[in-house]
Amino acid sequence: MADRRITLEVFRYRPDGDGEATIQDYRVPYHEHWVVLDALNWIKDHADGTLSFRWSCRMGVCGSCGMMVNGEPRLTCAVFLKDYYPSPIRVEPLINFPVERDLVISMDDFLAKLQAVKPWLIRDDEEPPEGEYRQTPSQLAQYKQFSMCINCMLCYAACPEIDGIPDFLGPAAIALAHRYNLDSRDQGQSQRQEALGGEEAVWGCTFVGECTAVCPKNVDPAGAIQQAKVASTKDWYRHVLLPWGKR
Amino acid sequence: MRGPLRRPFPRDWFVRKGAYRRFMVREMTSVFIGGYIVFLLVWLYRMGQGPEQYQALVEAMRHPLAVALHMLALAAAMYHSITWFNLTPAVMPLRIGEDRLPNVVVAITMGYLPWMAVSGAILWGVLR
Repeated sequence: MADRRITLEVFRYRPDGDGEATIQDYRVPYHEHWVVLDALNWIKDHADGTLSFRWSCRMGVCGSCGMMVNGEPRLTCAVFLKDYYPSPIRVEPLINFPVERDLVISMDDFLAKLQAVKPWLIRDDEEPPEGEYRQTPSQLAQYKQFSMCINCMLCYAACPEIDGIPDFLGPAAIALAHRYNLDSRDQGQSQRQEALGGEEAVWGCTFVGECTAVCPKNVDPAGAIQQAKVASTKDWYRHVLLPWGKR
Repeated sequence: MRGPLRRPFPRDWFVRKGAYRRFMVREMTSVFIGGYIVFLLVWLYRMGQGPEQYQALVEAMRHPLAVALHMLALAAAMYHSITWFNLTPAVMPLRIGEDRLPNVVVAITMGYLPWMAVSGAILWGVLR
């Protein structure tokens, strides 16, 4: 069989260099069963050891290998070369994030946003029990979809709002907050409301919906944000109509 | 050492992809809906000014341009309503125990059925 090759146009940026960001072409062996991440690893091992990118599990679980593939935010472990061959494939770092080096983005801001919504079970009335908090299957079903997030950040790279509102909490963080608010074991909704209720949180979203379209785990962050808007509105009315009540 | 590189979202994002373009069309239809509300307010104001003024407005609305604008506003309102009803299941998921009702059921019961009921009632009121 002839030695078939496919071109990868890879975004390069070195923070310690003096040049600007460039696109570098690599001719990579073409195999039907190869994904873009396989091609990047081939480049790293055989063509150019200086190329930097994040990856780990190779099976859509770890959420490390998210990049822009021909302009779309994708997990590179799940994008097959055969869907593009013989056309070239352009690989760039996730948009809306600062680039540290080549395809590696800085996730500091994202991690701060995740923490801001207190994504853990908050109880206000007792010490943790001896065993576990019990929950019925239908109580689990309320939030399970929103708990499947792998923090791959593709939703942030699909969101046009992030650029205009840099402090926008964003799809994954709001979905995670909503996940805990829906959890029957949690009592922390009022503590999350401040982070969740403002223009830089749920009301910054105009429901473009692309976060849901690009999510590799079917989390539906766009749906979570709209549901959080409804919950936030209810909370506001409760506060106005019953100011003496518990928030 | 230059540090991390900022790469902003493309300025022309809303024309770059079908889904973004459809979103922008949905947003733009709001202009027609807002415009039609202003028109209804003018209509009410003219009604309050007496039968001659009102009749003049009715005559003006027979102009082909007015009819065309009405058809355009109707098309925009339909597009806005239909796309919105189709999004309803994401906003208000309905559950029976562990199972989520199918999206089409939610869209019909929460959106299309009430829409048709209200539209039917208005039509009945007008034609009666």
